[in-house]
Amino acid sequence: MKTFKILTLLAVVVILSAFAVKSIGAKGINGGGYGIGDVADDIKLMNVDGTMVSFSDYKDAKGFIVIFTCNTCPFSIANEDRIIALDVKYKNTGYPVIAINPNNPESKPGDSYEAMKVRAREKKFTFPYLFDEGQKVYPVYGATKTPHVYLLQKTEKGNVVKYIGAIDDNSRNANGVKVRYLENAVDALLSGQEIEITETKAIGCSIKV
Amino acid sequence: MKLYLCFVILLALSCKENTVNKGIVQEVTQVSFETVDYEGLETYLENSNASVHVVNFWATWCKPCVKELPHFEELGAMYKEQDVKVILVSLDFPDQMERLTKFIKKKNIRSEVVFLDDADANGWIPKVDPSWSGAIPATIIYNKDERSFYERSFTYEEIEKELKLFL
Repeated sequence: MKTFKILTLLAVVVILSAFAVKSIGAKGINGGGYGIGDVADDIKLMNVDGTMVSFSDYKDAKGFIVIFTCNTCPFSIANEDRIIALDVKYKNTGYPVIAINPNNPESKPGDSYEAMKVRAREKKFTFPYLFDEGQKVYPVYGATKTPHVYLLQKTEKGNVVKYIGAIDDNSRNANGVKVRYLENAVDALLSGQEIEITETKAIGCSIKV
Repeated sequence: MKLYLCFVILLALSCKENTVNKGIVQEVTQVSFETVDYEGLETYLENSNASVHVVNFWATWCKPCVKELPHFEELGAMYKEQDVKVILVSLDFPDQMERLTKFIKKKNIRSEVVFLDDADANGWIPKVDPSWSGAIPATIIYNKDERSFYERSFTYEEIEKELKLFL
């Protein structure tokens, strides 16, 4: 009888620890911040045109392609045209791009709000380019670098994180891209399919604090 | 014979294009570094030719990386006698090799520099360390028994403190 009790206790411990591991895993590969399936908070950040932007402004959106990016990181620059193309392709399907610059301009003057306005004008950004003033938003998401993508799907419980990571499999060279992770994920959401690859990694510039 | 020579030259040219410098040692004046894909890099991540290896991932365009580079140089010099080897893995762009070469020369970099030319970052980043998000700078310290990964910047005192845990 005693053995049975011990065995039961052991089984409970094993099951509990399995759950514990699972809940850590659900937090995602970034350590802190959002994992797949988490509901992302709304934002209220200043756009380069001087207006404040929130997800709730987009009544008709099905979700959002949130990209932490900046003016100065070579990987961000290498992806600018791809980000514009993503917005042009998916805005009308209900998934607009929302770009957020998470860098502290005191550490990186080239990423100041004024410099963002210049860059958005030069490159004719078709999407909002928001300034994470006080660097409050990126830690909530768990973004660590630029560019860093979070694909959100609007649901009844809020904007659910469906994909985290890279735009595609070759951030340095658009012509060398073989797999378009982000596009595949958006396409899957649009057609009601499961997203095959929900988290990817790419080299990026650490966010400047 | 002439035709054969043409063929050889053509073959050499096409090979050069296909292999994209992999495994070739690039030399411009005194500066030299090896260009590797991830498979080639693995030998630097699991090597027993020194008692402790400090492997730093950086790029010339990465400001915090360039800032901490002198600390890694100093570390390599200070702990050479204790058989510590510093490897600087550059993640510069393949079309900016001249920039890397100039940088190494200008800063008189003494540590071994390896240029990682492997586009499939999603494939190799988790192999370097499962916890790595892909942001640089990043550093690995390892000896035959232990290994630590750091996705952060270091001062000299901080990196020296970490190194001492491996000596």
